[in-house]
Amino acid sequence: MPLSRLSSPFLSGTNRVSLQMLQLLAALIPAVIAIVYFFGPSVLITMTLAIVVALSTEALMLRLRNRPLKPFLTDGSAVVTAVLLAIALPPLAPWWLTVIGILFAIIFAKHLYGGLGYNPFNPAMVAYVLLLISFPLEMTTWLPVTSLSDQPLDISSALQFIFNGQLASSIDTVSGATPLDAMKTQIGLHQMPAYIFQQPMFGLWGGKGWEWINIWLAVGGAFLLYRRIISWHIPVAMLAGLSTLSLVTWILAPEITASPLFHLFSGGTMLGAFFIATDPVTAATTIKGKLVFGAGIGLLTYIIRVWGGYPDGVAFAVLIMNMLVPLIDYYTQPSVYGALKK
Amino acid sequence: MFTAILAITLLALILGLLLGFAAIRFKVEGDPIADQIDKILPQTQCGQCSFAGCRPYAEAIAAGEVDINRCPPGGEATIHALADLLEVEFKSLDEECGVEKPKMLAVIDEDRCIGCTLCIQACPVDAILGAAKHMHTIIASECTGCELCLPPCPVDCIDMVETKPNANTWRWPDPAHIDLKLGAQP
Amino acid sequence: MTQKLGSFPGGLILKGQKKRSTQVAIRKMPLSKKLILPLQQHIGEASTPIVAVGDKVLKGQKIAKAEGHVSVALHPPSSGTIIAIEEQPIPHPSGLSALCISIETDGEDKWANRKPINDFTDLSEHEIRQLIREAGIVGLGGAGFPSFIKLNPSVHHHVETLIINGVECEPYITCDDMIMRERAEGILDGIEIMRFALRVKNCVIAIEDNKPEAISAMELALGARPYLQDTEVLVIPTRYPTGSEKQLIQIVTGKQVPTLGLPIDIGIVMHNVGTAYAISRAIKYGEPLISRIVTVTGRQVEHAGNFETLLGTPMHELLSFCGTKRQADEPFILGGPMMGYNLSGDHLPVTKTANCILVGVDDAAKSSTPLPCIRCGECATACPVSLLPQQLYWYSRAKDLDKTNEYNLFDCIECGCCSYVCPSEIPLVHYFRFAKTEIMNQQQEHAKADVARIRHENRLARLELEQQQKELRQQQRKAALAATQVAKAKQAAELPAEPPATDSQETQ
Repeated sequence: MPLSRLSSPFLSGTNRVSLQMLQLLAALIPAVIAIVYFFGPSVLITMTLAIVVALSTEALMLRLRNRPLKPFLTDGSAVVTAVLLAIALPPLAPWWLTVIGILFAIIFAKHLYGGLGYNPFNPAMVAYVLLLISFPLEMTTWLPVTSLSDQPLDISSALQFIFNGQLASSIDTVSGATPLDAMKTQIGLHQMPAYIFQQPMFGLWGGKGWEWINIWLAVGGAFLLYRRIISWHIPVAMLAGLSTLSLVTWILAPEITASPLFHLFSGGTMLGAFFIATDPVTAATTIKGKLVFGAGIGLLTYIIRVWGGYPDGVAFAVLIMNMLVPLIDYYTQPSVYGALKK
Repeated sequence: MFTAILAITLLALILGLLLGFAAIRFKVEGDPIADQIDKILPQTQCGQCSFAGCRPYAEAIAAGEVDINRCPPGGEATIHALADLLEVEFKSLDEECGVEKPKMLAVIDEDRCIGCTLCIQACPVDAILGAAKHMHTIIASECTGCELCLPPCPVDCIDMVETKPNANTWRWPDPAHIDLKLGAQP
Repeated sequence: MTQKLGSFPGGLILKGQKKRSTQVAIRKMPLSKKLILPLQQHIGEASTPIVAVGDKVLKGQKIAKAEGHVSVALHPPSSGTIIAIEEQPIPHPSGLSALCISIETDGEDKWANRKPINDFTDLSEHEIRQLIREAGIVGLGGAGFPSFIKLNPSVHHHVETLIINGVECEPYITCDDMIMRERAEGILDGIEIMRFALRVKNCVIAIEDNKPEAISAMELALGARPYLQDTEVLVIPTRYPTGSEKQLIQIVTGKQVPTLGLPIDIGIVMHNVGTAYAISRAIKYGEPLISRIVTVTGRQVEHAGNFETLLGTPMHELLSFCGTKRQADEPFILGGPMMGYNLSGDHLPVTKTANCILVGVDDAAKSSTPLPCIRCGECATACPVSLLPQQLYWYSRAKDLDKTNEYNLFDCIECGCCSYVCPSEIPLVHYFRFAKTEIMNQQQEHAKADVARIRHENRLARLELEQQQKELRQQQRKAALAATQVAKAKQAAELPAEPPATDSQETQ
């Protein structure tokens, strides 16, 4: 049997990119089921559409760039981007929103930087931010939780809405704000957080439905940690950064801040901590760097949520820290064996 | 508004004076850029760049008079290094100056040498040992492969021989070229 | 066992694959018709031959002497005739040739005069070192550094600990394991000699815990020598690359060898168990290094095992002796699967550093396109030297060799842990080896260019000087000419001052 390599080592471990991506998708399954349970089946439609568009765009870009399809199309990275974006988008996202997002993510945020491994910014987050800024209405139109809605969507009406843009009943009676959004607006209107929490859209410690989705995302994250797909540094640092700042402000001014538990289990916190910030291509690589990177995302998320213009700051926080990664990596190198102590 | 114009003009004058003072006080003798360029050039002294040696070419580049892609013995590696140093675009080797060849050494065929010393006078690094009517020989460790000794020889007894790698000078092949066949990033 | 062990970061747990070649005791290879001995089987200067073609030589007679300080002698492993001293292919990743002495054996296997020494303490330390040098002993762990140099504490250093490396962490290789099982007495003899030469008290024999038979054999032999104080067998957890010198020092003592430094800088000397055995044969029995134990193993080898092989034996004889299923030019590995290199010619000789021949690796890396680097950082986690292979990869790829130096490229021990864990299957070690040879080549070229520049400048200066001297001489000549002309003119001007005496003389 001829040797496959010119140089040693001639042994190779079992770690592969495609295997990592597959396990990541597996870890998202419980959360997706939770989303379907709480918000209806529309997320599945968005996800399918996103995956199809992502794979075709990836194939097209590989052709245009004269790269072979075989290893790149099957490495699963486009599918992961598509799934993460689909989870982040609102359930009523029209088909064109998904398509524009995916096209931008795959073409601009990934291939025009050089493809897998060369992009400095997380493609799913780039797409999310683009859509949020360009189409604020569609991006902030969320469905209320199924148990609270008087018009829960079934799959056919979801399909009809996503692809046709209208329903039997108008949007206003169907849509609502997210718990994060509601908390932020009503605190701004000088309501007490404890009182706001009594509203039906809030559950035990986070938004109703949202807290369960976040819990299942955390479970998926724990699975990834167990399988050594991700290391604990970034998720722990991010959650620590977020909770610390939140705890401090909550202790200092409880009448105008929501509890740390609320922040941990609402919005994109767990998705960001375990699935988005840990994207190896765009995260810091040194151990100390990962801690700094994660903490930065946590702090920025809280700052944007409370004092920024958007209800959820995870996407922006991730992109800002992505920018700082080369600097972080440079200043957090480990000391080499035998290095003379200064 | 008048005060604004006055203020800006005054500021400009002061800063200009400072710069002028710094230009005189911290002036560096010699041309450090030319030295740095000369350090990068391979010192073959062959003249293929149409200058009389590497130092004149370095000074011409420093003065901005010529392109950086005129050195065949230096090859692509040298052009890249010059492009990085001077922060200009990389240009591929100018064909009319020559082509990049593997390192060669000159060898005199002793049966044919007539001892005329013409090659000794031509060698830019004095790598040929000999005297009039005595055998000439090339000091292999000093020869830069510039080929300036070939034209003057009246009996054409100098050959260029490719250097054979041995176990100490052998280099591993570039793994990126293996990847390239399959279309990965260069 | 009483000591607290240090540790190093990263590393891998690999499947040992050792059982295959440890079922049978060490066997002796039959004598070959022809033995090819490269003159350089060690680090340093190649030895110089002191025989000529056609000479008849005896087993163990010196046929090449050490050249320079970092060099050792060479001896024929059997008696015969020198049939050639010429360039032959040698075992090297390049496939190049080097000068070798070829011997045709006469089958008599007659020894030259041997000088066994009963009590080595009769000799001085210097004499022992010279004997070891003349016996041609080099590090048999794979590096081949002349051992006598590492037995010299010199006036600047004080040796605290002698570590005997019986770790053998690479999969498949078992020659050290077998030599410890079967020749523990010989190894301890060698250790006694080394302790004497180094004037060192503490000695640690490090063995990985996957070699229980070797551990008991060494402990038993040590127990039978109660006078050997401060020497112990240290069992360490199995992990790759524990057997690497710097990593083993970190485990046994917790200290790190400083960059650009040597273990002796922190008072430690390390030798392989095979080297210790060879030293005991050389001093006690007067036998120079003429053979070594070679492991032949792999999926395609039918009778895998360890063989005492005479140096210079062509490898194809070893392979056919073991019943190897192999195509004519199929490459095989010399060394282990993590750090060895592949050879395709099997007429290459066994040298002092050939510890293992591997044909058919289980779980071999498949030939596939490497994906781009996804910056996951697994390589940095696995690196036992705490380097950043990812950064080294990017800079090696961009041929930015200054930056690779900044990231300590030359501290890389090429263990292969980073390539093993890479999910994109990038051949990282290949990149680093490439960058290292490029840097060394660049340094050599720069040094040459600097010399050429100085020669050129000197030549220009010389030509200018000659020109100046020529002009000076011309001026002097001109001046001299002008002076004589002036003198002549002056003389001519003085002539009419003489009286016209000639007229009166003529009229008389």
